[in-house]
Amino acid sequence: MKRLPLQGIRILDLGVVAAIPYSTMVLGDMGAEVIRVETTQVFPHLTRGVLARPTRELAKQWITTSGGYPNDRDPGERPWNRYPFFNYMARNKLGMTVDLRKPSGREVFARLVRISDAIIENNTPSSLERMGITYEWLCGIRPDIIFVRLSSFGQTGPYRDYRAFGLQTESFCGHDLLGRYRDRDPSHNSWAVPSDHAGGMNAAIGCLMALIRRRRTGRGELVDVSMVESFLNDIGHIVMDYTMNGRVQESLGNRDRDAVQGVYRCKGDDRWVAITIATDEHWRGFIQAAGNPLWCNDRRFGTVCDRIRNQDELDPLIERWTLQYEHRAAAAILQHHGVPAGPVMDDADAYEDPHLKARGFFVPIEQADCGEHLYPGPAWKLSETPIQMRHPPVRLGEHNEYIYKQLLGYSDQEYEELEREGHIGTDYAAHIP
Amino acid sequence: MDLSNQPLAGVRVLDLTRHVAGPMCTKLLADYGADVIKIEQPGRGDPARWIGPFAGDIPHPERSGLFLHLNTNKRGLTLDLKSGTGREIFLKLASRVDILVESFRAGMMTSLGLDYATLRQLNPRLVMTSISNFGQSGPYRDWSASELVLYAMGHEMWGTGSPDAEPAGVANKLNLHLAGQAACLATLSVYFGAQLSGRGQHIDLSIMEVLAAAPDRRGVALVAYQYCGDRLRRQPAARVLDPPPFMNQCADGLFEILVGIDRWDAFVRAVGEDWIKDPSFKPPVRDPMITERFNRHWRPWVITRTKRELTQRFQEGGVPCAPLNTVADLAGDEQLMQRDFFVGIDHPLAGRLIYPGAPFKMNQTAYVIRRPAPMLGQHNAEIFGGLGYTAADLAALSANAVI
Repeated sequence: MKRLPLQGIRILDLGVVAAIPYSTMVLGDMGAEVIRVETTQVFPHLTRGVLARPTRELAKQWITTSGGYPNDRDPGERPWNRYPFFNYMARNKLGMTVDLRKPSGREVFARLVRISDAIIENNTPSSLERMGITYEWLCGIRPDIIFVRLSSFGQTGPYRDYRAFGLQTESFCGHDLLGRYRDRDPSHNSWAVPSDHAGGMNAAIGCLMALIRRRRTGRGELVDVSMVESFLNDIGHIVMDYTMNGRVQESLGNRDRDAVQGVYRCKGDDRWVAITIATDEHWRGFIQAAGNPLWCNDRRFGTVCDRIRNQDELDPLIERWTLQYEHRAAAAILQHHGVPAGPVMDDADAYEDPHLKARGFFVPIEQADCGEHLYPGPAWKLSETPIQMRHPPVRLGEHNEYIYKQLLGYSDQEYEELEREGHIGTDYAAHIP
Repeated sequence: MDLSNQPLAGVRVLDLTRHVAGPMCTKLLADYGADVIKIEQPGRGDPARWIGPFAGDIPHPERSGLFLHLNTNKRGLTLDLKSGTGREIFLKLASRVDILVESFRAGMMTSLGLDYATLRQLNPRLVMTSISNFGQSGPYRDWSASELVLYAMGHEMWGTGSPDAEPAGVANKLNLHLAGQAACLATLSVYFGAQLSGRGQHIDLSIMEVLAAAPDRRGVALVAYQYCGDRLRRQPAARVLDPPPFMNQCADGLFEILVGIDRWDAFVRAVGEDWIKDPSFKPPVRDPMITERFNRHWRPWVITRTKRELTQRFQEGGVPCAPLNTVADLAGDEQLMQRDFFVGIDHPLAGRLIYPGAPFKMNQTAYVIRRPAPMLGQHNAEIFGGLGYTAADLAALSANAVI
């Protein structure tokens, strides 16, 4: 087998919730040996579940991403190994447990650091420091170590230790006021965490840049990723409209300044098609697709500018046409006439989508506590070293033996001792609900 | 300043991208030290030059905020790839770079005779990244798309918003920027491997798939659907009886707070008023009358305070909360100021403007803006000169509309 791009790089993953677990999944996909460092003594809320041991009744009340355990929301014997949120981002990683709050745990961790290239984390900045894990401490163990730290606001500044999940970060960085309905207040928004996506990718990018520089200079680095600052780069044009022109842009809903655009109801229950009519060519395509209805010749819809100005009048006419078709059919007809259009696909549609199927986007993975399921695969394809599912979603402490004994050289006796001290295990401590 | 210390110093990139996603990818490479040569079509250039907002609201191809932000630190070249000479010049450049990123419609590079199989013969180390709407294969390969169409098809749009309204979007062009970051991540990983193996790879990145694999709900919701058979539905973030309300009108806007049982005592301490000590307010609350009674005290209290004041008070008390900021709030924000986030950049035509700065900081290497976005064809003489073309050659190429 050909060498994977990041083969030979070992990364310790101290990530929680979404941003860093996603980041390290991608690095694992690309060939790095990612080791999740977890503990059985404290339950990581929202990382391996809302609760360690929820009842099925509770799981049924939660939204799918929190309560959607396999087999009709059955949390099972070890719910933490069946949690959909975690399992999506847990492939291609190894897992070990150690309690970093204890000096003996930090000793284990130090041995691990000595043989690793990078450490990636997204805890509240002070929480690792309270356990003595700082960049300086890590450099003392391995001078060329790369330490990637992600947080909502960054590792410096007055808000450094503010507590924020994706939700708070979104509102802080302005997204709640930008991504919403035009005619409703932001309490109608549902939760969305694109800043986790943005920040998580930047953490991996920063890690790779540091690795590239280390190869050239022999020196490691501390990478400080702020989710807010990552996000603001992803809406740079909106930020610059303010810095250039003093304009505070408001939400456009699904519309666009330079096109007639929206989602329109289709035949069926809660079915929609997204359509963008930006140019005269698109407009002519739409007219043809709609079978030349008389209203298309209306003067209010003559030019691109007319149509954008009069979109309120145009929308119900477009929807009168889309309502006749099922969402996929509406999109296919419009595409046939060169109009950008696509069905709004729910989670079930995605699995049925012929394009994603043809591209092999979904991949089957069998995991001991969940059985075999299809999972969304990598977002890109490589010509020489296709991305493989080398490890199924990692179970708590799954690779303790390998990591303690093979990698770190602990004897059987020492292993048992560490097990007794509560470092090694595959279940959360019994007192955890 | 010592630029040789930048993480990507010495990495050479040829950039055939335009609009948003591709330029975002190469911006990240350029801002952290790579030498990026952006190739644009003679005449009109990158279509992003014609998309607002424009500096001073004056529409002009050198004044687009979108373009200026996405193309910092790049050198600019114009070249007609369809002409024989243009192709020849491109091949010369491609033989001496490490990375090529392109975002033409799928199949375009092949029809130009510039597919990966051809290019790797010239340069086996070349890492080539192709960014397209739907990827280089599959039934939708040639479909037309907009950001909204890709979001609708790829992302969790169906589950976003209110159940009694249409599926809702995210901030304009956000998804395309995310796709650009993904392309950068893929490119750097493959480049890291190619440095060692001496052999590059072709990356086929589909924007639809970047969104379908998003950790922002979609990827997770797809796994949950596989597991339990239920789809993620449109549902507002928080509508519960437990006080306080998730979203609150305060003196100067909106303010969000998330308390719950765990942090209730911290919340009570942070408010510090007598009325809040009523034990019946403590979650979980099952009686709407109690919620209403709480709100009768809470609303007048919260409305007299600013979102900044409230955020500081509750964060210092250990309760997660946040102001709903606008970009105007952010431009004056203390945290971003102390971290020197915003950068001022001079541009010969657009003037000095304030840009969003480093998305992440590295402690050994400074984030440096070496140059603003290139004006159309700004570096033609410099780059062609480096390839051995004379001033007379350039005049001839220009007359034939090759550059």
